[in-house]
Amino acid sequence: MYSMLKLFNFHGGLQLPRHKQVSLERPVATASLPEQLIYPLQLRPGVRLTATVQPGERVLAGQVIADSEHFLATPVHAASSGVVRGIVDWLAPHPSGLPDHAVVIDTDGLEQAVAPMPGLDYRHETPATIKARIRQAGVVGLGGAAFSTAVKLNPGPNRVIDTLILNGAECEPYITCDNALMQTRARAVVEGALILLHALQIGRCLIAVEDHMTEALAALDAVLAEVKDRRLSRVAVPSVYPTGGERQLIKVLTGKEAPSGGIPADVGIVCQNVGTAAAIYDAVVNGLPLTWRLVTVTGKGVARPSNWLARIGTPIADLIEQSGGYTPDVRRLIIGGPMMGFALPDDVIPIAKASNCILAAALSEVDVDRETRACIRCGECANACPVNLLPQQLYWYSRVNNLDKLKQFSLFDCIECGCCEVVCPSHIPLVNYYRAAKSKTLTKAKQAEKAAIAKRRHDANQERKAREQAEKAERARARKAALAAAKQQEQPSES
Amino acid sequence: MKFETAIAPHLLPVNRVDWVMAKVLLALLPGIIALTVYFGVGVWVNIVIAVITALVLEAVLLKWRGLPVVPALKDLSAMVTAVLLAISLPVIAPWWLVLLGTAFAIVIAKHLYGGLGYNPFNPAMMGYVFLLVSFPVPMTAWIAPTPVAGFDWTVLEQVAFNLGLGLPEQVQFDAITLATPLDRLKTEIALGHPISAIQNAPVFGYISGKGWEWVALGYLLGGCWLLWQKVIGWQIPLGLMLGLALPAGLGYLLDSEQFANPGFHLAAGATMLGAFFIATDPVTAATSSKGRLFYGALIGLLTYLIRTFGGYPDAIAFSVILANLCVPTIDYLTRPRVFGQRS
Repeated sequence: MYSMLKLFNFHGGLQLPRHKQVSLERPVATASLPEQLIYPLQLRPGVRLTATVQPGERVLAGQVIADSEHFLATPVHAASSGVVRGIVDWLAPHPSGLPDHAVVIDTDGLEQAVAPMPGLDYRHETPATIKARIRQAGVVGLGGAAFSTAVKLNPGPNRVIDTLILNGAECEPYITCDNALMQTRARAVVEGALILLHALQIGRCLIAVEDHMTEALAALDAVLAEVKDRRLSRVAVPSVYPTGGERQLIKVLTGKEAPSGGIPADVGIVCQNVGTAAAIYDAVVNGLPLTWRLVTVTGKGVARPSNWLARIGTPIADLIEQSGGYTPDVRRLIIGGPMMGFALPDDVIPIAKASNCILAAALSEVDVDRETRACIRCGECANACPVNLLPQQLYWYSRVNNLDKLKQFSLFDCIECGCCEVVCPSHIPLVNYYRAAKSKTLTKAKQAEKAAIAKRRHDANQERKAREQAEKAERARARKAALAAAKQQEQPSES
Repeated sequence: MKFETAIAPHLLPVNRVDWVMAKVLLALLPGIIALTVYFGVGVWVNIVIAVITALVLEAVLLKWRGLPVVPALKDLSAMVTAVLLAISLPVIAPWWLVLLGTAFAIVIAKHLYGGLGYNPFNPAMMGYVFLLVSFPVPMTAWIAPTPVAGFDWTVLEQVAFNLGLGLPEQVQFDAITLATPLDRLKTEIALGHPISAIQNAPVFGYISGKGWEWVALGYLLGGCWLLWQKVIGWQIPLGLMLGLALPAGLGYLLDSEQFANPGFHLAAGATMLGAFFIATDPVTAATSSKGRLFYGALIGLLTYLIRTFGGYPDAIAFSVILANLCVPTIDYLTRPRVFGQRS
């Protein structure tokens, strides 16, 4: 149970200042009911839901308010009772910072809920039933990607899964919601792991936790000692950023590398966040949809940093207010961590299923108005890159738009973790260059595709015209021949 | 409440070019102090002339190229180039030699190639080689180290000499100069003398030359501090030392009277300065870890070959420039295997 697993290293990575204790000093508290709950309809890039409620309609907690037929879609449920104000444009928790359609509910404070789905004794259910329940309960990856959990549990017929990894290696600075979750709900995490093992029909689960999270490790160990299931083992992993990245964590635990362009299931592994496991437990055993989550509110820009158990859809401003409000030093509002999180233009934005942390950063904590200097080719970026790319070469080729070379230097393997940029002594916004180059490559591919379609259409058009011409000529010839034949027939009769 | 947005990562950067450069300058101090102790204050005159020349020319060129002047001057890169060149030159080099070499380094080797980050060749070494091929006589006139010097002069007299104001009456130019250990070894071997006899000359010390070995130790110490500070990696220094010591060891085993021992090569001339401060110039070195090992080894090997079989007593400058030429190829051939890809 206490794993003596041999651990592996990935290249690069950084030991960053953790800043985690500050949000762990206060106990997890339940956030109060906000006046409005906001549910953006864009789930992930390319996955859009349709509202299943009408403006003015009364909804109850746990009721589905949006869903879609898209195979990656999962339903969204109301977190409290109230009246649908409408489907309105609202700033979305998305890097674009643009408004998007969202279902807005004016809460009524009555907290009336629909009856929960029946609790399942998962041992006696088929994996298909469990996966259907997981989808039905709106469970998605809570580590940040919001990818449909049910889909992730269906790796396809050609992939044989042997190991489940529960990711509790919360490697980004400041974020502590998974740590708090493991401390307070270790039981749910472990039960979730057992359900997942059953759903996947496999017999091995590794629960990875960073080695500095002593309380979380102790809480997990206590439950594991009680459960006594030999399939489960918890592993303390070194706290090197980005160990919590799915591919990096798999490498650390198993030495395997998910292939470039592939998925972890290609090496027999399914990886889920610990929070997702707890949500699966709630969905399967308690019949509850995913409407709450733990979220860290932290940074020097907020008076009382802590973890909140909050309704998904709660505006960030509400959580900040309950955390004592902003300090005068607040400078930037970030959703996620300081390495990969995105800055928000406004705090009316609600927390979504994947929102793990609200970082209200003070001027002293974030990089502002930096002066970029010339690259001195020091190579620190390459030393730090966890994917073993050559960030410097990618930078030069991004600057000159050499998309072929960028492909050759594996631009699309970049996970945008930000390590290269943090160590760059010239303060070059490297990740931004890579993002721009990626989108240019995608645009170019799309254009090429469009051009190919246009060419096909043009060729088909030419071909059709030629065919019509030929048919016309053929018809004319036939008509002429018929006419000539008729004439010949006529002539003898006349004579 | 509304906020300004920015793009991740938001974390403060942990490093700065000017800190890197400042640490390099600081790490040079032990070596420079040893130079001062054994060869006099002339090295400081050279440093002052080189730094002033470099900063003025850097400013003029930046202005001329329409680039911001102050931020670039503050990155200290011009100063590092100037100091590296100044401490490579003979301590009694005339002022115009220092000025000319620095000007070549900054104007031709650095800015004509595009400035910091774009120059393919190490500017300090370009300045050095330019001087060596153009003015061989003053470039090979090294002052005798203090323990074997048969003269005595004051600090002021030394400074005056470097500034071209002539020698004090009691001192003759021929009396103050003395061939360096590397130079002497080369000439004497060419004359057919065995090394065991050559090394009895007073200019030789415990490992290499009197004074020279202490200067080398100074650079080694500073270099180790840079390693500890993670300003440089171990690959280039180690590669260079192995690239030099292995062939030297082989030669020494074959014929110890013809080929100097590896310890001598490591502690003589500019080996330590080259290994820790010159070959490690990030702009002109290879960038991948494996590539840096090869790059260092190439410099070491070339240095040995030129020292032993070539026309110059020392060869760090030539070797660095020749290896600079190979950098793009080395980098291309030593690309690491990307995570999740086949090798």
